[in-house]
Amino acid sequence: MSVRKRRIYIDYCGMFILVLGLLVGSLMPLGGAASSPDTGTGHGGSHGNKNPGNGTTYSKKPFPVLSFDYEHVRLPFEISLWVLLASLMKLGFHLIPRVSSIVPESCLLIVVGLLVGGLIKMVGEDPPVLESKIFFFYLLPPIILDAGYFMPIRQFTENLGTILMFAVVGTLWNSFFVGGLLYGVCQLEGHKLAYVDLLSCLLFGSIISAVDPVAVLAVFEEIHINELLHILVFGESLLNDAVTVVLYHLFEEYSSVGSITFMDVFLGIVCFLVVSLGGIVVGAIYGILAAFTSRFTSHTRVIEPLFVFVYSYMAYLSAEVFHLSGIMALIACGAVMRPYVEANISHKSHTTIKYFLKMWSSVSDTLIFIFLGVSTVAGPHQWNWTFVVATVIFCLVARVLGVVGLTFVINKFRIVKLTSKDQFIIAYGGLRGAIAFSLVYLLNPKHFPMRNMFLTAIITVIFFTVFVQGMTIRPLVDLLAVKKKQETKRSINEEIHTQFLDHLLTGIEDICGHYGHHHWKDKLNRFNKKYVKKCLIAGERSKEPQLIAFYHKMEMKQAIELVESGGGAKLPSALPSTVSMQNIQPKKPSQDRALPQLSKAREEEIRKILRTNLQRTRQRLRSYNRHTLIADPYEDGWNEMLLKRKKMKELEKKMNNYLTVPAPPPDSPTITRARLASDPQAWGLKSVTESIPTIKVDLASPQSPESVNVVDEFSKKGSQPKEEEGGLTMKVPSPAKQRKDKTPDEEPQQRLMRCLSDPGPAPEEIQPLRSCSGCALHI
Amino acid sequence: MITIVMGSFQSLPDDHQYRTLSQKTGFSLEQIAILHNRFKQLSQNEETLRRDDLKTIQDLESNPIRSQIIEAFFDSRNFQKDVVGSVEEIGFEEFLTVMSYFRAPPQHITEEQREEIRRAKLRFLFNMHDTDNDGTITLEEYRHVVEELLSRSGALGRETAKGIADAAMLEVASISVGPMAPDEFYEGITFEHFLKVCQFVRLYAEAT
Repeated sequence: MSVRKRRIYIDYCGMFILVLGLLVGSLMPLGGAASSPDTGTGHGGSHGNKNPGNGTTYSKKPFPVLSFDYEHVRLPFEISLWVLLASLMKLGFHLIPRVSSIVPESCLLIVVGLLVGGLIKMVGEDPPVLESKIFFFYLLPPIILDAGYFMPIRQFTENLGTILMFAVVGTLWNSFFVGGLLYGVCQLEGHKLAYVDLLSCLLFGSIISAVDPVAVLAVFEEIHINELLHILVFGESLLNDAVTVVLYHLFEEYSSVGSITFMDVFLGIVCFLVVSLGGIVVGAIYGILAAFTSRFTSHTRVIEPLFVFVYSYMAYLSAEVFHLSGIMALIACGAVMRPYVEANISHKSHTTIKYFLKMWSSVSDTLIFIFLGVSTVAGPHQWNWTFVVATVIFCLVARVLGVVGLTFVINKFRIVKLTSKDQFIIAYGGLRGAIAFSLVYLLNPKHFPMRNMFLTAIITVIFFTVFVQGMTIRPLVDLLAVKKKQETKRSINEEIHTQFLDHLLTGIEDICGHYGHHHWKDKLNRFNKKYVKKCLIAGERSKEPQLIAFYHKMEMKQAIELVESGGGAKLPSALPSTVSMQNIQPKKPSQDRALPQLSKAREEEIRKILRTNLQRTRQRLRSYNRHTLIADPYEDGWNEMLLKRKKMKELEKKMNNYLTVPAPPPDSPTITRARLASDPQAWGLKSVTESIPTIKVDLASPQSPESVNVVDEFSKKGSQPKEEEGGLTMKVPSPAKQRKDKTPDEEPQQRLMRCLSDPGPAPEEIQPLRSCSGCALHI
Repeated sequence: MITIVMGSFQSLPDDHQYRTLSQKTGFSLEQIAILHNRFKQLSQNEETLRRDDLKTIQDLESNPIRSQIIEAFFDSRNFQKDVVGSVEEIGFEEFLTVMSYFRAPPQHITEEQREEIRRAKLRFLFNMHDTDNDGTITLEEYRHVVEELLSRSGALGRETAKGIADAAMLEVASISVGPMAPDEFYEGITFEHFLKVCQFVRLYAEAT
């Protein structure tokens, strides 16, 4: 181990021990009763009163310069310490690479929780338990929102039938199978377990049969399994919440009564529909509200992420008010608002939302597992060999049988069938987690005297699934050679062909006269485009077709990558930098080209210089804001266009002054600028307009027929404002022409002027004409 | 996937003919009957179908690539091997042949057969793009494809279409051919390149 690494380890361990010590210390009483950090608010009082506060006798004390009053910060302090502990653990695992590749993080965290719990117990305190309220209101929502917001909608909807089958029918099957068999076992067992009645068993079955999204996410994220399986298991874990909620309430309500009638069952089914659909509707409403709000945030970009978070949280809470499925509400909210919000918010807000969600869900996730460990140490346990072992076995068996049986039925309707390998992974990936634990914890011990036994059994099952299944799933995936996630970036080709195929299949369906899946999807898309987008997306972006939006997004990404990778000097590998426009453009015979061609190297050098320096200039002119780039040209009114050109000319003049800096070395950007500045022709855009057509004729022959087009835009300006709008929008996508350059709006007039005043440069330089025009008119 | 809904079993007048068609295209007899009814409906009970008949379909109006889909039905490459050009009218057999490209592959076939079916489907797609039938999708043709896709978006779409098509072409070139010297010229997307690039489309081909 190198010295540096050792240093890191030592530093880390030291810090960790300090935090741990603080944590344990904070739990120690300062002279009185014990308390758990999560529940205690009112334990002031009895702790070490410093001022006796008797009204009658005053004793003058010296003024306390420094006092120690821990109580009034106790709660936030402890919470922060726990969060800090969780985060440090996360850091720690990644410092030890070998361990983290074998053992999934969730296992390690539970172990840590066990250790911490043990430590606390040793000190003599009661370790804190994972309070259900805190779990359901603070720890669970970030994880679900993160999952819902970034859910791949396309795969989800394509497999919706399968997912629903697994979620609803699978969970029902599991609950009844486990519950029923456990009841049988209890009856058979005799004396110790006879008091466990059927309804309690069924309740237990329903709690334990739900696949847990937190655990699934934690494990599946690390194994990078192919998208189909991931969405199947994960979708199932999300959607089975509705079933769990209904069954839980149903059995809980009636276990005190002792029996269930048919009416109750029927009402249960109705309740299920209400809970799930209601949850989705609530979520969708909040999603639309959020999308609508984001339409107006163009002036206050800073609080945009806040709307996303708060609306989603409100959706969750509102659903919980009516005992609807909060998880489904949250998912619906995230999924509904995402396309519209992303079209409206700025790029920075988008990044903020992404990172905040990831951060919160990560912290939540860590805390949940640690607390599971701590609660195991703390919780009241009642161990019963038969019950616990039976539970574990039945859970496994039920899961396998359920998956196999359902797949048999589902495969009849699926086009891409699920193979037995897939089935195995689905069955094996059914992990249980903290939701089950919290639900059991919520049970009232008075109604359920066997609660402790349930608790023990649940913890055992959770441990089993997380440890055994979690640890072995990775080698099994490799062993079975299950398809892994394709690490392909979404490319423009893919997007084009996906859209093409969608339209093609819709068309074929129409020709067949058959109203299938594609037909309705197409109708939904058109409805969306026609009405919904207009309402929810600000400005002209509502009309932007998906392909173009995607293209812009990709360009942005690449432009940012380019800037990040050192300002263009080194091209990011993602770009097809080895092939450039000239390779694919049909070459026209070059005999009509009257101008000498600049050597390629020289040209590249010039481009590079211009790019790096003029980029900065441009930024000084105006802060780079994606929305003003696009929003501007969409102002109607031909006159405004003229006004803008005037404004821009004035700006040019200002730049002129700004740029006449003396003593430039040859070939530096300053000299090019100075040269241009001194060029009388340089700033007269109007004159340029006239002159372009003539130059264009000579240079029309070069590789880009676009230069012709661009100029057309200029010349046609007088007659077709609409056309020009098209021309203006070319602003952002112009980099397509200069793949190598990759600077969205950097091509300044200077280049244009230079081209015109000095006919030396290669015709390719004219390509920026297009962008110049756009950029010129933009300002 | 076009799942042909099983209609009620009707009497099949041309039973023998249907059987041969069924063997050729792989549709079941009921499916053929349903499609024949549709064919008759579209062609107004004539023997052959013309472009105008397809144009009358209401729902196709809003489809941006409508003309290309219609062309595909009349493109000889799709129903006769090694023949190029387009025809003015098609019979039921040709109609069915084109439709068979969108059928789900049968369950129990070997891997090679599956591969062949995939190739056939992708070839169909390729032919739709390669309008001048030279075996490659040139930049112009690709631009046309993108323009059509964006044709519903007015002027906004037309201009960006070029940029998008160029970017896509660059990507295909870089994936298929790799680094190219500035003097080399990439003719166009050949079928092999198309297969390579549209790997994800294989999944669709499976689904259709």
